[in-house]
Amino acid sequence: MKYLRIKAAFAAAGMALALAACGDAGNDDSDDGPDVEAQENAADDFDDGTRMKELAESGNITIGVKFDQPGIGFKGATDDMPKGFDPEIGKILAADLGIDAADITWEETISDNREPFIQNGKVDLVIASYSITDERREVVGQAGPYYVTGQQLLVGADSDIDSLDDVKGTEVCSVTGSTSLENIEAEGAKPRGFDTYSECVDQVLNGTVDAMTTDGAILLGYAAENPDQLKVVVDPFSEERYGVGYSLDSPEMCEWITDTLKDAQEDGDWATAFEATLGQSGVETPDPPAMDECPAA
Amino acid sequence: MEDLIDQSDLVLQAFWLTIQLAVLSGLCSLLFGTVLAAMRVGPVSVLRAAATTYVTLVRNTPLLLVFVFVFVAAPNIGWFVGTPFLVKGVIAVSVYTSAFVCEAVRSGVNAVALGQAEAARAIGLTFGQTMGSVVLPQAYRASVPPLASVLIAMTKNTSIAAVFGLMELTGRMRYFSNNSADDTVIFVVFAALYIVLVELISVGAIGLERRWRAAR
Repeated sequence: MKYLRIKAAFAAAGMALALAACGDAGNDDSDDGPDVEAQENAADDFDDGTRMKELAESGNITIGVKFDQPGIGFKGATDDMPKGFDPEIGKILAADLGIDAADITWEETISDNREPFIQNGKVDLVIASYSITDERREVVGQAGPYYVTGQQLLVGADSDIDSLDDVKGTEVCSVTGSTSLENIEAEGAKPRGFDTYSECVDQVLNGTVDAMTTDGAILLGYAAENPDQLKVVVDPFSEERYGVGYSLDSPEMCEWITDTLKDAQEDGDWATAFEATLGQSGVETPDPPAMDECPAA
Repeated sequence: MEDLIDQSDLVLQAFWLTIQLAVLSGLCSLLFGTVLAAMRVGPVSVLRAAATTYVTLVRNTPLLLVFVFVFVAAPNIGWFVGTPFLVKGVIAVSVYTSAFVCEAVRSGVNAVALGQAEAARAIGLTFGQTMGSVVLPQAYRASVPPLASVLIAMTKNTSIAAVFGLMELTGRMRYFSNNSADDTVIFVVFAALYIVLVELISVGAIGLERRWRAAR
C-alpha cells in the first residue's frame, strides 16, 4: 500500500514537471505581448551598491501589478503571467536589468496594499495603475508618468447618464478607499465601494448601481469585454498620471526607471506595448507623456 | 488628523451608518434567532430539523460568503437589485448572526429547570404560552453574557460591509487613509469609535445581569 502511494507520488511529480514544461513552452509564444530582448551582462552597466546592480546580479525581480484590470494588468485563473500595459512596462524595465520575462515574479497588488508592499520589500517595483500623488510620494518613490489617463464613467448601454451633472444622487461604484470614489462623491454621487473593479462591473451589469468610475483606461478594457452592454461616457474629469512605484530606500532607482522608459518611448517599445494591450480596445496610441524630473537624491 | 477634524461630518455619517447597521441587525438577529431557538426546542420535528439545518449551514459559512451571496450572487440572478444597500447589509449580517443568537438562547433554555416547563404544561399552558411567559424570560436571563458576546462580534462584523458598497466606519477609514501619509492616527481614531460601541453593549449587558440577578 505504502509502496503504491510512493509510486503514485512520483507519477504525480513527473506529470507536474511535464505540465510545467508545457507552460514554459507556451511562454515563448508571442501572444503574451511583444517580446522584449533581455540585455546581456546588464549588471556591468550599474554602479556597485545600487539596487539595480543587486537585482541584475540576482537575476530576478518582483513586480506588483493588478490582476483584475483587463488591458492594464489582468491575470486569468489559468494564465501563467499577467497581461496588459503595466506588465509590458515591467518587462521593458526588467529587460534593461538583463532579466528575462520568465524570471519576473508577478505579485498581485490591490489599490490598498501598494505602499505597504513597497515599504516592506515584498515587491521591488509597483506598476499597477498607480497614480502619482504628492501624498504617495511622501511614503514611496514614484517615477514617471509612463501613461496619463483620466477618470470617466462606465454605464449600461441604455443608461441616460451622459454628463457629469447626471451623476448627482445616483449610486456609483468604485474600489473602497480609492481616489476615484472620493472624486465622484465630491460630484454628489452616492459612493458604493467594493473590493475589486470586477465586482463593480458586475454591479453595473446587473443594474444594482447606476455607474462605475475609475480611470478611463481601465473602463475601456471592461467595455471592450462587453461592448453590447456597457459604454464609457463623460470626458475625463481628472488627470491620473501612472507612475512606477519604488522604495525610498533606493532613490537611485528613479533615474534608472525614467531613463529606461524614455529610451522605450523613443525606440518604439512603448508604442508596441500600448498597441498590444490597451490599444486593443480601439483607442489610438497617444503620444507618450513627458516624464517628471527625479527628486535630487 | 487635520483631515479628520475638517471632515468630521463624514466621520460622523460613517459612525451613524455603523450604528444603524449594528442596531437594525442586532434587533433582527435577536428576533429571528429567538424564533429559531424556539423551533429547535419545540415539539414539531419538521421545524426542529429545519432550524437545526439552518444553524449548521449558516454557522459553517464564513460571513464574507454570506455578503458575497447577498450583494454579488443574488443580484446576478435578479434578486435584491433595487433593494437599498443598508437593507441588504442588515439582511447579510442578520442571516449570519441569527444562527449564533439561536444557540446562545438555546443554551439559556437548557439552563431553565425542566420542572418549570412541566409545571407550565400541567396548568394547561400551550407551547407558545410556556415559551413566552415561563421559559424564555428565564432563558434570556441566563444567556445575557453569551448574547452580549454575539452582539459585540456582530458589531465588529459590520465592517465587512465596507467592501460591499456601504460607507460605514471601516469604509470611511480607508477613504482617509488613502490620502494620508500617517495612517496610525486615523486607525486609532476609528478603532476608538468601535470601542465606544462595544463598550456600550458591554455596559448594557452588565446592567441587565445586575438587574435580573435579584429575581433569580
